[in-house]
Amino acid sequence: MIEVRNLQKSFGAQKILDDVSFQIEHGESVVIIGRSGGGKSVLLKHIIGLLQPDSGDVLVDGENIVAMNERQLLRVRRKFGMVFQGAALFDSMTVAENVAFGLRRHDHFTEAEITKRVAQVLDIVDLPGTEDKNPAELSGGMRKRVGLARAIIYEPQIVLYDEPTTGLDPIVSDSIDKLMIRVRDHLKVTSIVVTHDMRSARRVGNHVLMLHDKKIYANCTPESLFASQDPIVRQFVDGVADAKENLF
Amino acid sequence: MITFANKRVVHVLTELGQIALLTKEVIASAITFKVAWRDLLYQIYFIGIKSQSVVLVTGAFTGMVLSAQTYFQFHKVKMDTASLAVVSVSMCSELGPVLTALMVAGRVGAAIAAELGTMRVTEQIDALRTLATHPIDYLVVPRMLAAQIALPLLTVESIVVGIGSGYLVCVHLLGIEPTYLWQNMLHFSHDVDLVIGLVKAFIFGGIIALISCYKGLTCGVGAEGVGQATTEAVVYSSITILISNFFLTLVMGKMVGQL
Repeated sequence: MIEVRNLQKSFGAQKILDDVSFQIEHGESVVIIGRSGGGKSVLLKHIIGLLQPDSGDVLVDGENIVAMNERQLLRVRRKFGMVFQGAALFDSMTVAENVAFGLRRHDHFTEAEITKRVAQVLDIVDLPGTEDKNPAELSGGMRKRVGLARAIIYEPQIVLYDEPTTGLDPIVSDSIDKLMIRVRDHLKVTSIVVTHDMRSARRVGNHVLMLHDKKIYANCTPESLFASQDPIVRQFVDGVADAKENLF
Repeated sequence: MITFANKRVVHVLTELGQIALLTKEVIASAITFKVAWRDLLYQIYFIGIKSQSVVLVTGAFTGMVLSAQTYFQFHKVKMDTASLAVVSVSMCSELGPVLTALMVAGRVGAAIAAELGTMRVTEQIDALRTLATHPIDYLVVPRMLAAQIALPLLTVESIVVGIGSGYLVCVHLLGIEPTYLWQNMLHFSHDVDLVIGLVKAFIFGGIIALISCYKGLTCGVGAEGVGQATTEAVVYSSITILISNFFLTLVMGKMVGQL
């Protein structure tokens, strides 16, 4: 279980998160939505300990990770896999080396076992036979799938996705959505997805957190979010901007 | 003006403090961490083997110009045959380690800062951390150990090439009697000169790796941040090498009784 308590974070004078609290149960699929620059990715990075809050706590299975140093965090992070917005593949390595990284560093597998496991996860993400390619040779969608393969190869309990469909065409976005659902259902992982793609939010999540004005504005199921008549929720769900009266 | 100076002093002190903390982490990691031999060997190849050309050219031409310049001065007092001794002592304890370190700082320091800086701005370092890998264990320790292994070896190479090229200039271009030239070199050169040079090279290797890794790991955002980190890595490494060389010369000179 993940519990975030009274989280506050500022960068310089700019406050990003203000008294954010919520809980995520094991096996849940939670979507975090909100405006661009609203602190969604910052919140996600707090959950895995990549950022330290100004105040507040983040508890992972009862352990407060805010109080841990970088070395203590390494143990907790074995429970997580994370897919980055830009995939963050190691560009000096091939696809196979990227995917196998977590296994090679921490588990005692033979080369044959690693090769087999890499082939298996690349098959799960619909990229069989790409082992020897370099990240530079891959499209945006393929890079994100390799990032997902790298994140799930050591079977984490929790997978974090930072805007997995941003910058992808609708068909590739759809395939990534289906992939996230497949990973969630097959590996029984807790999924936390940061997105502002409402179609993706509706399909992938069974719980939605909406960040607005530095706070959790809505904490509900996707159905109640889409049925909400709250003007701020409605504006975000319908994607309506406040038009400027005058251009100049 | 005073505010700017204050900010600058605070900034420099903060950076020194952070480098000290990084040093502590690196030493702790190097002692307890099982070294990834593959990474270490690759870094030795990158820092050592791929720096051959710059180190050889630097060593050779430094030895040549030093022997010629020494001859021009010594010839006036009929001490031509002592020329190579000056080249030898200078190359072993000062020019060999310092010039090698400066060349490696330019080539390798820039590459390390650019690589780590790019990894930082493209979230690859965050990705490492999410894969339960400490960036210091994986990125800094192999580079630091490799630099400290490669620099002394490169320095020895530079010294040998410098003395060899100086010998060729003295004998074949300036016409100095080779037997006396060689004998004087052996007479005035001591093992301790070489030891001082190697200790310096070991320390300079650590300085280059630490400053370059620090600059890469803390670089600013975007291409500008990476460019600035690269420049600062080379400039700060070079200045630190030159300043620390003076103090190392004093301390080690005192220790071996040359002062």
